[in-house]
Amino acid sequence: MKISAIITLKNDVLDPQGKVIHQTLDGMGFDNVNEVRQGKYFEIDVKENDPKKAKEIVENMCSKLLANLVIENYKIIETQ
Amino acid sequence: MKSSVITFPGSNCDRDMDVALKKFGFNNKMVWHNDSELPKSDLIVLPGGFSYGDYLRCGSMASKSKIMQSVINFAKSGGLVMGVCNGFQILVEAGLVPGVLLRNKYLQFICKNVFVKLENKENSYFKNLDKNILEFHIAHNEGNYFCTNDQLKEIEDNNQIALYYCDNEGQINENFNPNGSIKNIAGIFNKNKNVLGMMPHPERMIDQSLSGEDGSLFFKNLINNIR
Repeated sequence: MKISAIITLKNDVLDPQGKVIHQTLDGMGFDNVNEVRQGKYFEIDVKENDPKKAKEIVENMCSKLLANLVIENYKIIETQ
Repeated sequence: MKSSVITFPGSNCDRDMDVALKKFGFNNKMVWHNDSELPKSDLIVLPGGFSYGDYLRCGSMASKSKIMQSVINFAKSGGLVMGVCNGFQILVEAGLVPGVLLRNKYLQFICKNVFVKLENKENSYFKNLDKNILEFHIAHNEGNYFCTNDQLKEIEDNNQIALYYCDNEGQINENFNPNGSIKNIAGIFNKNKNVLGMMPHPERMIDQSLSGEDGSLFFKNLINNIR
């Protein structure tokens, strides 16, 4: 089954790319933005049909490789 | 003295490091990332480059390669492991030194000579070195050293900061911080000071006609310390 993982930078970590995107949006006329934070999105098709187990597998992947827990948080979502 | 340089797919400073180590007397071997055993070594070097195309996070893939388990065991048993540039990024991803290297603050790839100051000589890398300020070369996009406040306290309490970016007189302040690193940190030790990760490239400073000789001082001193 497909499991998604969203990796985001922790709040106290500087995100210069997010800042530049924010400035660009501002320049385009999107002046109603408070803040932009850039992250990563993974869609992983796991060979496991039990949602609980599938999520556990992806969680393990997140903590060991997909996210660096010094600077990033992850959130796991069941896609189908 | 025996050294080994690990080559990952995308490493591009491995040969320079090999030349530098041999020039100053190391019997160096090149080791492929997919090997599982290290040759008998007094020093392991993780070179600069763009291992795995910097996919996911710089150094993250390389830190999980086959040879790294042997490198981690070697480091844990007290062996000297030095990571330069991408090698430093691999060390942080492998958890051998604390912290992480973020994208440079101003989002630019930086390629220039910098001065770095060393304040801790109680280790095999810098012991007996005459100079405290060295001119090295940096070339990176992700060299912005970051760690949590708790980690920073621990690093400072244990004297783990190896190198600071500074000016030619050793002044450490924001004006001489090329990439936004916390406290101008350019290099970090592990707790036992046998693992050193640094962004600057000493191997690019081993010939007066090319760039400078501060790398020569570093390598000459290093091999004497290990002997």
